[in-house]
Amino acid sequence: MIVLEGLTKRYGTTAVVDAVSITVERDSITAIVGTSGSGKSTLLRMINRLVEPSAGRVWIDGRDTADEPPHLLRRRIGYVIQGNGLFPHRTVAQNVATVPRLLGWSDARIAARTVELLEALQLDPARYAHQYPHALSGGQQQRVGVARALAAEPKVLLMDEPFGALDPILRAKAQEDLLAVRRRFGTTIVLVTHDIDEAFRLGDRIAVMRHGRILQCDRPAALLTRPADPFVAELAGRGDRALRLLSLTTAGDAAEAVPADGADREPVVRIRADATLREALSDLVWRGATRGVVVDPDGTVRGALRVDAILAHGRSC
Amino acid sequence: MRRALALWPLLALGLLAAFLVAPQRFAPVFAPFAAYGAPPIYDQGNLFALALAHVAIVCVAAAASTVVAVGLGILVTREGWTEWLSPSRTIVNFGQTFPPVAVLALAVPLVGFGEEPTLIALFAYGLLPIFENTIAGLAACPPALRDAADGMGMSPAQRLWSVELPLALPMILEGVRLSVVIDVGTATLGSTVAAKGLGEVIIAGLSANNAAFVLQGGIATGLIAILLYEGLRAVERRVCRTIRID
Repeated sequence: MIVLEGLTKRYGTTAVVDAVSITVERDSITAIVGTSGSGKSTLLRMINRLVEPSAGRVWIDGRDTADEPPHLLRRRIGYVIQGNGLFPHRTVAQNVATVPRLLGWSDARIAARTVELLEALQLDPARYAHQYPHALSGGQQQRVGVARALAAEPKVLLMDEPFGALDPILRAKAQEDLLAVRRRFGTTIVLVTHDIDEAFRLGDRIAVMRHGRILQCDRPAALLTRPADPFVAELAGRGDRALRLLSLTTAGDAAEAVPADGADREPVVRIRADATLREALSDLVWRGATRGVVVDPDGTVRGALRVDAILAHGRSC
Repeated sequence: MRRALALWPLLALGLLAAFLVAPQRFAPVFAPFAAYGAPPIYDQGNLFALALAHVAIVCVAAAASTVVAVGLGILVTREGWTEWLSPSRTIVNFGQTFPPVAVLALAVPLVGFGEEPTLIALFAYGLLPIFENTIAGLAACPPALRDAADGMGMSPAQRLWSVELPLALPMILEGVRLSVVIDVGTATLGSTVAAKGLGEVIIAGLSANNAAFVLQGGIATGLIAILLYEGLRAVERRVCRTIRID
């Protein structure tokens, strides 16, 4: 758990980050979103003390980060930056081994961990471990950057616009990977982005930042249904907020018990349980159906989903 | 064409070695330049020994310049020391603009005749290229890499040693190469204050009005410069390959 308490950074008389207090739950993803110049990067960099706060405290699992030399603190915290920052003169394996080496792990332990991480991020160790970064594609480099940040089993991972340099397709893939990595390694993640869609996709909670202040830090749905500020409402998207709300729930969670009258003439639309309601609705509209069947990946029917039930989800949460 | 270029340093090496080991064989080549009745080949000392002494003095001076210039370059690019960059640059620049001959003249009363004044002059003269290239090489390290190194938890010394210096190494070596080459030529001046070296041959030629001596001293010095240049460039290429920077 990370607790920020009145965290402030002043340059001269301007406060770039102004008395921010938020709590990040263990094993959750918090997305800090804001326009450029909102202070979100500075806020993130105060957590691992790449920027020293002018005032306020940061607690990680009950320990005040100010009590520890900064470089030792940073070895416990994963850090991913935009454009990956891989060392060009070191191989993929050497890059991944950076922090474990600093911590003095044994060679065997480092090798085992490197293989584990590269496999988790779908990079064949036999093929890529001894490559240099310049031989990798942008997406692969980004994954190596994530592997490097996770190498020393940090409980906390900080990500500063980690997918900013990727094209939309690679970016979607990288976001999926990140969710998978989080499920596998159980890491508390704080992620800075200017992309509100990314924040909605990844964040368990979203903190909206403007002029150095947190306007609202809440569950994604609450940002849509109860925005604390006109700026939040605007950022979250007034025009398509209902659709955005639908994208926060999966079909599996919204499925209802199968009704007995299965005898109408409508075509049966099969909806994957892990599809979002937004995708399910789109599919139903496309096929001209008013209801579909939610199926698990193994083919078992989980329940039914009616269009009007989906629409109801778009009005509340 | 490319093969011919690769052979060129080998040719220079062969020519130099042949001349230094058996200079008398080249007598017919230099005879037309010799003063009437004077020997066409330098006969007041062993040319091979002079060449070795010449190279040795250059190596010692360049090594000292490298240690000081790289050290200074690192120091003035560290956090909290950057205000020393401009004064250091002024001093190092002065070391190169101040004529080496004048340095020799000033150093002799202090340290006497021989190798020492020459070393001092070459040391001061060779600082600039190494210093400037060290600074440029360290400045060329992308901010994202420094940020990543800090974010991983490297101490400033670890960051310098395992990220900044390896990436700056090709530039630094280039500076060393430039410094060595200008030192080879400048070291001939050392013979005016009794340092052993090929300058002795040139000065003997000047005082005896024997162009053959001047010519052979000059050519031998030039060939040494070319060989050191090519040798150091080969080292640089090898280093770049090892650390994968193109």
